[in-house]
Amino acid sequence: MAAPIGQPRVRIPAQARAGEVIEVRTLISHIMETGQRRDQAGAVIPRDIIKRFEAKFDGQLVFAMDLAPAISANPYIAFPFKVEKAGTFEFTWTNDAGEQRKATNEIKLA
Amino acid sequence: MDTIATPTRRGMLALAAGGVAITLLPRPASAQLAAPTQAAIDRIRGGRTPQEGRVTLRVPPIAENGNTVPLTVSVESPMTTADHVKAIHVFADRNPTPDIATFHMTPAMGRASADTRIRLGQTQDVVALAEMSDGSLFIARAEVKVTIGGCGG
Repeated sequence: MAAPIGQPRVRIPAQARAGEVIEVRTLISHIMETGQRRDQAGAVIPRDIIKRFEAKFDGQLVFAMDLAPAISANPYIAFPFKVEKAGTFEFTWTNDAGEQRKATNEIKLA
Repeated sequence: MDTIATPTRRGMLALAAGGVAITLLPRPASAQLAAPTQAAIDRIRGGRTPQEGRVTLRVPPIAENGNTVPLTVSVESPMTTADHVKAIHVFADRNPTPDIATFHMTPAMGRASADTRIRLGQTQDVVALAEMSDGSLFIARAEVKVTIGGCGG
């Protein structure tokens, strides 16, 4: 059983000037089980991580990340984005089991 | 006799250890990496030789808690269609497996930069390898001293 993927949190300025580079900050709750740990009976606890993060703006891939077990629990991911027009961000987190959690955020031009 | 000689020997050892720590402080990217890290880098670089420069790897020099170590990596690049960073691969030289993350980048970002938080099992070097759109590679490296390891043994 894969651990639940928690509620994603995304912080983006609600509006920005055309040409401005903004910072997109994301956080999602997840255990990020490494596959290195053992339970009390000595059995290896199977790996269960968020392994992929994608950010699309109006359907166009802007940024993606492949995650390894060396990413901390509750992965924090931040990256810059150059605002050229108003539009919608779609963020997708995918775990080892292929389950996904999505979030969307709109950006308006100031 | 030994009671006099022992502290001196300890003192000498401490001095020697201190000397080693100081000489290791500058981290040329060319210094020897652990075999799994080197193999991971070799898979990406093919026949290409990474150059030093352009990549800035920001990690704390000392991490109290290896479970969550902030990391920022950025690369000098105009981030245009013709000239941009395609990917930045990040490795932990002495974790159970070397991979930390790969950031895939596009010109739409405006700047080549990414932040995350990582786990480090022990004191070690973190390595960042950037792949540019023209196929060139740039590498940077930084040491993090870890007080409590973060790989949950």
